[in-house]
Amino acid sequence: MTFVAKPKLHHPTLPQNALCYTRRDYEGKISTLCAGCGHDSISAAIIQACWELNVEPHRLAKLSGIGCSSKTPDYFLGQSHGFNTVHGRMPSVLTGANLANRELIYLGVSGDGDSASIGIGQFVHAIRRGVNMTYIVENNGVYGLTKGQFSATADAGSTSKRGVVNADSPIDLIGLALQLGATYVARSFSGDKAQLVPLIKGALAHRGAAFLDVISPCVAFNNHAGSTKSYEYVRAHNDAVNRLDVIPPRDEIAVDYAAGETIEVEQHDGSRLRLHKLDADYDPRDRIAAMNYIQQHQARGEVVTGLLFVDAQAQDLHTHLNTVATPFNQLEAADLSPGASALARINAGFR
Amino acid sequence: MASTQVEVTSNTVPALSAVNDFVIKFANVNGSGSASANELFAKSILRMGVPVSPRNIFPSNIQGLPTWYEVRVNERGWLGRRGGVDFMVAMNPQTWDADLKEIEPGGYLLYDSTKPLPRSKFRDDIQVIGVPLTQLCSEHYSVARERQLFKNIMYIGALSALLEVDPAVIETLLAEQYRGKEKLLDANKQAFHLGRRYVTEHLAHPLGLRVRRADNVGERIFVDGNTAAALGCVYGGATVCAWYPITPSSSLAEAFQKYCMKYRVDAATGANKFAIVQAEDEIASIGMVVGAGWNGARAFTTTSGPGISLMNEFIGLAYFAEIPITIIDVQRGGPSTGMPTRTQQSDVLACAYASHGDTKHVLLLPEDPAECFTFSAAALDLADRLQTPVFVLTDLDIGMNQRLCAPLSWDDARAYDRGKVMSAEELEAGKDFGRYKDVDGDGIPYRTYPGTHPTKGAYFTRGTSRDPYARYSERGPDYIYNMERLLHKFDTARALVPQPLLRNAPRATRFGAIYYGSTSPAMDEAIALLEAEGLLLDTLRVRAYPFPDSVREFIAAHEAVYVVEQNRDAQLRSLLVNEFGIDPARVPAVLHYDGTPITARYIARAVSERLRTASAAQDARLGAPS
Repeated sequence: MTFVAKPKLHHPTLPQNALCYTRRDYEGKISTLCAGCGHDSISAAIIQACWELNVEPHRLAKLSGIGCSSKTPDYFLGQSHGFNTVHGRMPSVLTGANLANRELIYLGVSGDGDSASIGIGQFVHAIRRGVNMTYIVENNGVYGLTKGQFSATADAGSTSKRGVVNADSPIDLIGLALQLGATYVARSFSGDKAQLVPLIKGALAHRGAAFLDVISPCVAFNNHAGSTKSYEYVRAHNDAVNRLDVIPPRDEIAVDYAAGETIEVEQHDGSRLRLHKLDADYDPRDRIAAMNYIQQHQARGEVVTGLLFVDAQAQDLHTHLNTVATPFNQLEAADLSPGASALARINAGFR
Repeated sequence: MASTQVEVTSNTVPALSAVNDFVIKFANVNGSGSASANELFAKSILRMGVPVSPRNIFPSNIQGLPTWYEVRVNERGWLGRRGGVDFMVAMNPQTWDADLKEIEPGGYLLYDSTKPLPRSKFRDDIQVIGVPLTQLCSEHYSVARERQLFKNIMYIGALSALLEVDPAVIETLLAEQYRGKEKLLDANKQAFHLGRRYVTEHLAHPLGLRVRRADNVGERIFVDGNTAAALGCVYGGATVCAWYPITPSSSLAEAFQKYCMKYRVDAATGANKFAIVQAEDEIASIGMVVGAGWNGARAFTTTSGPGISLMNEFIGLAYFAEIPITIIDVQRGGPSTGMPTRTQQSDVLACAYASHGDTKHVLLLPEDPAECFTFSAAALDLADRLQTPVFVLTDLDIGMNQRLCAPLSWDDARAYDRGKVMSAEELEAGKDFGRYKDVDGDGIPYRTYPGTHPTKGAYFTRGTSRDPYARYSERGPDYIYNMERLLHKFDTARALVPQPLLRNAPRATRFGAIYYGSTSPAMDEAIALLEAEGLLLDTLRVRAYPFPDSVREFIAAHEAVYVVEQNRDAQLRSLLVNEFGIDPARVPAVLHYDGTPITARYIARAVSERLRTASAAQDARLGAPS
């Protein structure tokens, strides 16, 4: 619960983006999560990404399910409409919202319990439909809000704070997203803002189902030795395959990199994703190769991060459904009712 | 030709004789192509100006199980199921014995006489008509599938001669059905005439049961409720439909798709002014509808009982977070999987109080396809106006059977009621926006669509309790304010929903009946049957919940009010008792729930028995002082 009001005055020297907004204009209420929670870092990264991308805050809709992660939309983008839905069902609500008004940016925030356990069905189907959204799972491997039970992404063999060993196989949301046809797939770490911010920007600019799995340690229940979602473990096992720069549309390319060091992908909105290779063999444009790479490295205990896959030619659900450009919520009777004379003909067909 | 076939005919009971007033039932095997032939038969009688009401009685199966099509022909226009069968077309050996038992004494049996059957397989109090359908088909068709399919149209030919159905009408219908498919048309016509000729050459005809041209259909249309409800959603401005296949509602979503493809494609761009998503389950269906409703699009889902059970959590969210959604529930036999292809009105309580916590939901209760159309469109308006879930409760009987009803009508001047939506201009002008604040005293707050204004009007929607400005709050007074306001909003709904229809008996009576939905045609006829016995009832057809005060007044004005419904537990009666605090003894239940549509005979018998045994029976008689 939020009891402390944030000061409304902005420091006059705060930098402004192209819309003359400061980062403060992208903030929300004060977080009620535990001090040091990875989720707060992700909220900060979302704020930074939206500010850098010049997103108009009110043109973004933020949706979530239930859990610690799903509380966070209250802590960023205070001028955006938010919808804290029911447990595990954010994807369907986001899908419907997206159908109603295709002009807004849709940001879905979920957790590993919300998406990999109770909501795995909805996660799977929203991804395979190609809903134009940025879907972030703040993945800490535990149920924080109910005090530390394992979630379905907890690795087999990892231990809970109380020392219980998890015997169940983990659900790998990245592997699933790739297999299901997500057209922008990334993994990052809440402790690596430099990597995370551009990945969120690229996802927000992507037209299609963009999925981000962000390992986000739970300081209260899953940051101990034996956990594979702790700050220490992820830092030690982070295998970043690339570094991303998101270049806005119309920006000139300032520097030419040597061939072989970078990959550049242009998205629908004209923005370019420039990837600096950290692993020379990794090509995020090849879905099958990406799946292989990730599986092999994960089997070695590494946490593969970076922009893992992108399809610049992605299509979204609106394309599949061939919907009109005008948002549905602006259509009126004149647009939608076939009229009395058509009904008279329909009646005649029923005689 | 099997002209040597020995006809077994009744000599114990005189053959039934009636013009434009009989029930004919077709016993078929499902997947055999009988449905379109049977529908052709029903439609041909309709085209002769005689009202019919057909009912499909089908299994939850695709091929091989018994299926029936029962057509009531009734010049007076009684469209309810009558009960009893005057003429059985027995085409399914699996159900032969049971089908024969159903025939009224003196009734008729038409069967395929290709293979002789022992006399013991028949009854001696019915008229038996043998037509060697298989043999005729074998003689004229070589392809196995054709031999099967044309058997159906062939018995329609035989019936046309036996019952004096105008062959020209059937030929016209065939021509309409197979327009542009001349080869099929010719083959069907041929089969029709083969059947017809067999009767004219070999059998006594016409029978005592006959169809005679009349003029009692008028402007009415013949359509099923699912199609009409789908049209209501098209006209009512639904742009998002999310659904999951379930009998008996699937054809509603499919009809919505069909009409959208025809009427909702932008002529200039070829783009669709609709989105239909077949979701992964009912939970996702309702979730999408909630998301779309939140974002200002008109959205609906269609389902049946099991789907309602799955949707409960979201229904509670939409109630509490005040999101307009429309749910069309085509009810079937419950509980659990129940009887998926049989009809019931057994989701009334599950919908009225759906989801955990204190909830109450608006229910609209259409009686026929015409009201399915009107109420579906109205539901979309009401959902926006009231910012709450609105249910349209139809059932399999209305939804999946073609029913004669008033033509659908639409006023082109009608604008959609989008309810209280605050605009960017109003926000800019500094109008106070409290998402959950009762500004107008009707319990209905204002909402904003996402993306309206850069700095005003955004709020965080949630299923948790909040203050009038949508700020999270578990303070008792905030919670109570909100819950009382929701109740007040529900009160506001009483005047907005379709009002009940009262029909007074020709003279004053102390007895009444309340009914709703698909019970209508049986009830109309039951009232006439009772009147013929000298028993009078005032009736009130309830068309929505919350009940307006007129319902309470109706009950108060009568000594006893029979509540007639199609479920075991008297669900609407429970709702009446609960909402109005009525003495249950004053509202005795008349219940029919075997999965078949309620009949006039059933209602009349139930009411009559009670009235006669009651000491007050005398007073209820025609002419008695009340």
